[in-house]
This record gives sequence, structure tokens and C-alpha cells, in this order.
Amino acid sequence: MCRTGDSPDPAGAGGRARTAAAFSALLEDSAEELYESAPCGYLSTLMDGTIAKINRTLLDWLGLEREDVVGSMRFTDLLTVGGKLYHETHFAPLLRMQGELRGIALEIRKAGGGRLPVLVSSVVKYGTEGQPLLIRTTVFDASDRRAYEEELLRRRQDAERARAEAERARAEAEEAHRQAEADRLRLADALAVLQQSLLPEILPVVPGVETAVHYHTASPDQLGGDFYDVFPVDGTRWAFFLGDVCGKGPQAAALTSLTRYTLRAAAHHNPVPAAALTTLNTVLHDRYTAGGDPRYCTCVFGILEPGADGSAAVHLASGGHPPAIVLRADGRAELLPTPGGLLVGILPDAPFVTATATLAPGDTILLYTDGLTEARTGPTRDHLYGEDALLAFAADQAPAAPGEVIEALTDLLRGFGDGLDDDTALLALGVPATPSPTGPATNHSR
Amino acid sequence: MVVMDVQRRNNITVTGPADAPAVVLAHGFGCDQNMWRLIVPALAARHRVVLFDYVGSGGSDLSAWSEERYSSLDGYAQDVADVCEALDLEDAVFVGHSVSAMVGVLAARIVPESIGALVMVAPSPCYIDDEGYRGGFAAEDIDELLASLESNYLGWSSAMAPVIMGNPDRPELGQELTNSFCATDPDIARVFARTTFLTDSRGDLESVTVPTLVLECAQDVIAPREVGAYVHAAIPSSRLVTLDAIGHCPQLSAPEATARAILDFLDTRP
Repeated sequence: MCRTGDSPDPAGAGGRARTAAAFSALLEDSAEELYESAPCGYLSTLMDGTIAKINRTLLDWLGLEREDVVGSMRFTDLLTVGGKLYHETHFAPLLRMQGELRGIALEIRKAGGGRLPVLVSSVVKYGTEGQPLLIRTTVFDASDRRAYEEELLRRRQDAERARAEAERARAEAEEAHRQAEADRLRLADALAVLQQSLLPEILPVVPGVETAVHYHTASPDQLGGDFYDVFPVDGTRWAFFLGDVCGKGPQAAALTSLTRYTLRAAAHHNPVPAAALTTLNTVLHDRYTAGGDPRYCTCVFGILEPGADGSAAVHLASGGHPPAIVLRADGRAELLPTPGGLLVGILPDAPFVTATATLAPGDTILLYTDGLTEARTGPTRDHLYGEDALLAFAADQAPAAPGEVIEALTDLLRGFGDGLDDDTALLALGVPATPSPTGPATNHSR
Repeated sequence: MVVMDVQRRNNITVTGPADAPAVVLAHGFGCDQNMWRLIVPALAARHRVVLFDYVGSGGSDLSAWSEERYSSLDGYAQDVADVCEALDLEDAVFVGHSVSAMVGVLAARIVPESIGALVMVAPSPCYIDDEGYRGGFAAEDIDELLASLESNYLGWSSAMAPVIMGNPDRPELGQELTNSFCATDPDIARVFARTTFLTDSRGDLESVTVPTLVLECAQDVIAPREVGAYVHAAIPSSRLVTLDAIGHCPQLSAPEATARAILDFLDTRP
């Protein structure tokens, strides 16, 4: 901006005169006065630290008189004990090596016992030969600044503590996770062993009959709820069963175990399917539902009686289980009706009915759990595979030996992918179309 | 340990005639080997002078520092032993300032063949007052010192550390390197301070059998004369010399007298 010559000038003749007056007043402020009353402390010490000169300001801060200090005190005498240590280990060596040192935070002790946080700067004055002569020191009152720094320091320490705690928590969480993962693996191992114990190791060889099984476990972390078994009850008859207990996990495993051994014992006691299921119903009801813990299973129980003519009689009872399918030698597939039959273990008295069918040479009976029929299919996985589709699939396969049926169904299950989200047990028994010279075959798959 | 590793780790510098008797100069708590620079020329005329920084100080390799090792004087003594072995020293004179005087006592037990004599500059085997013993300080005073360390990082910043460590010959960094002789990672300084001032090494003095010079200052708040007398009395093979010096660092405040006292001892040691 340009100033025009006519405009009033604040720093004109009158202003200049006032400024000059103020300046001269300042000039009367002698160097001595400036030194003594400066807003900071001044201090000159000999190289051994003896105080040779000190200004009024610093004396006032200290609460000392000049004669108490000059010639009789050292700079370090003004400091706290910790400050002395710091002075000797850092301040003095650095000052000697660098000739100057600025902004060191120290505390000086007042005569009254209080402390004053200060910032100290020192410069060494050297003689013409370069020899150190004395040390000039300025001392600034740093009370407010120190309070602020302490606040910052406290915050930083808080933050560091919080960080350390977070780090510790993270390490603990990691360790817990590692532990949990180890536990899970150990549990999975134990479960796998237990699961094996709930299913027969191998199926027995049944003369004149071919058998095949497949077991699919939905989750390695959980015991499955499906079960099956095949075993002899006397010289001529064989019992078999397949079912599904309610729930999963250890409780379901206990129920499975009880179911399996009860059916085995019942079959030996009275090898009539309806009687075996009645016994199981009584046992489960007494053990669980009567005690207020309703647990149950669905089950197909059968007795197989190979005949002398190459056929076999099948006596079958069902307790709330999907009907068995028979794949006939002539290519048909049909449901084998098992009338009545409630969930086993729910009611104190449940009626079960034994139905009978004949397996001619080339016929195969298939038992399955609802993991198969309730597999979710379709592009959005919202359609259940269903009994009709299974029957149609069976018809496509028929005639088929048990091994072939199980193999085809295993492929089918694999095709469901993640639509197969439940345990699935499959058990097929069949009479060979032409008696094999080497005896019947047994086929396992899990 | 590989020789080159110790060279770098402890920032070893060697001056003086290679075949002359060796003198190892060890700095104390606070700064680094620069503490000795005013007396090195006098010593190096007729001696092979070995300077180094303890791990955690000066130009040492900070990555080699661990709180566990350097929380006891044994860790520092092992540094000395490593330096002696790296340079293959025999019958050297170990000059330790302040806490390093006691470190030298411990190191002489680890590598007795390397250390043939001790010079203890302003030593104190125990800084804390005890029954029948006046070290000069109470444990609370050490907390005050730690507070002073907290408020004065003296040019330290973690960002600057690599510059200080890696570029000693770049003068353009000089401005930023102000106070670098005493720039220490605050965490490391805290550990060194505690180890220095809270260790009671009085029991170690009796193990000293080598010729020893106790070099005390006439007025030293950190190592008062009664402590010098205590050290001298506890080591039968010692000689006591009192320097007309004030403060705790006679090698800086009275370098000629300090160098002369050390050279006298070197020349007349048994």
C-alpha cells in the first residue's frame, strides 16, 4: 500500500518524539538494573562450580541473600539430590565437551524448602588461550511448562501402560486361541474314536446274504446321531437295525450307545422286531423322558432269515423311521410299508407292528436315515431331495446288488455337496441273484 | 563371538602404537567414550589406548541391548570381557570411571589374563547409605535422578538414533547431534541408572588382587572421599591418589592431572 503525502502520519514528528522519550527512559535502565531485575535468573560460576555472581531475580526465587551465596555455594548446592546426580553424570560432562548446553530441566531448592522447576542454559567463557574461565548460566522459571510436561508424560505413561496391557491381552487371547485349537483337535480325535465305537467295526459275514454300508459324518467336531448294526441272533437268523437319535454330540452319543446295546440284548432275548422296539421304547422312556429329559430315536429293526431256496425272509418293524426300499430283481423299487410305529422313547407304551417281506434272489433292501432324503438340493439349496426322488433313483438302479446300491448312493451324496448337512447312514442287504461260489460279499464304506 | 561383531557392537576405537602396552578406558553412567578425549592424547603417546561404548550407550549397537543382561553389572563386565577377547588383550590396564570401576573388578574375574591392573576413577562400590557406611544417597534420591532423566532426553529421539549411530563422519548433521555424547534411549538410561546406583558391590572389592590405583577427586558429590578411603582400605593391593579436582569427572575437569596420575601408575606398577 502506498501512503499519500497528505495523509496524517502516526509516526510523524509528534510520535517520533514520544518514542524517543520512551527509548531514553529505557536507556536509563542501566545494564546493572537489567541484569539484576531481568525476568530470568543469571548466574556466573567458576569452573569448579563456585557461584561468583548471581542476580536479584534468582536470589528472590531461592529466598537467599547474596552474601549467603556468592563465594560460598556451588551451583550444584542449589539443586535437588537427584538433580546433583544428573548434573554430575550428564550436565557437567556435556558442558565441558560442548562448551554450552541449553534448556536442561532441573529443580532448584528454595530456602523455605520448596522446589522450583527451572530450565537451565549454560555457556562456558574461554580465555584468549582457549582455557575455560567461567560458566554463565541463565535460569528460567518453568513451573507451568513443567506441569504441562508432566501432564504429557503422565498421558504418555498411561498410553504406554494401555498399550502394554493391550499387548498382553492380545498375547493371552492368542494363547487361549492356540489352546482352544489344540483342545479342538484333541476333542476331534477323541470324537472320531468314540464315533467308531458307536458303529460296528466291520459287518459280520451273513451266509447267503450280501451287505453294504456307508456312513457320512456331517461334522468332525460333533458325534453323529445315526447308527446301524448287523449281528447274528442264533444259527439261522440275523438281526439288523438302522436309526437316528435325536440331537448331536455327547448326549446323542450316550443315547446311541444305550440304543445299540439295548437292541442287541433285546434281539437275543426275543428276536421279534416289534418286541425289540418295545423293549427299546421302555428303556429309553425310563432313562430319559420319564425323568423329564425327553429323548428319542427313530429306528428300523429287522430279522433276516435266509431260506434254503436262495431267498430270505425279512421281518421288519419301524419306530418313526422312513420306510425301507426294496430294489427288486425285476427292476422295480418299492417302499416296504411298516405300519404304525411312533418315535421310540417318547410314550410309555408305544405300539410297534412287525411286517414281513421276502427277498428273492437279486432283491436288495435299503435302509437309510433322513440325512439322505433331507439333503438340500437345487441352485439355492432350498429344495429337499425327498422320498419320491429317492424311490425313483432306486428304481433307476434296480436291479442292483447291495454294493452297487451303496456305491450309487455314495456318489449321489457326494453330488449334494454342502447341501448334505446332516449325518447319513445307509445299510443295504441283498440276496445274490446267482449264489456266489465264494460266498457272499460284505461291503463297507464310511 | 566374532571379533568384528564386538568391534561394531561396542564401537571399539584403538589409538596409539600397536605394540605398546594396552590401556582400556571404560566410560561410566551418563555419556560415552568421548568422556576420555581430553586425556587420550597423553596416554596414547606410549600406550595402545582402547576405547569402547557399553551396549546401550554412545555409538554401540542398540539392537544388542537387552534389559535382562544390562540390569546387572555382570552384563557390563561381560562387555568388557568381550572387548578384551576380541582384541586379544594381555595384561592390559583397565581404567574404569565411576560405575565402570566396579565393572572392571568383575571383568578381571572373567578374563584375568587380559586385565593385569585396575585404575578406578571416582569409584563407589555402593551409592546408597547403609549401616556403618555412607554412600551419599538414599534410594529416593535415585528416583529423583530417574525423574531428571525423564525430563531431559538430551537430544535423544528414536528417529535420530540411526543418524547418530550410522553417520559419525557427516558434519552436516552436527547441529542435530548436539548432546549426542549423552544421548541415550530413555528406557536404556533408566535401566543403566538403576543398575549403577542401586547395586551394592562392596563384597566384590575383596576379590581384587591385581595392582590397583584408586583415583578420587577432592570434592565429588557422587563419590565422596570417605568412599574412596573405603575402597582403598578394602583392596590391599591398591594405591590411593586424591586429585585436586572438583566434580565427578576429573578426566574432563582436570585432564592433565588425571592423565599424569594414570601414567605414573602405568610406569611404576609392580
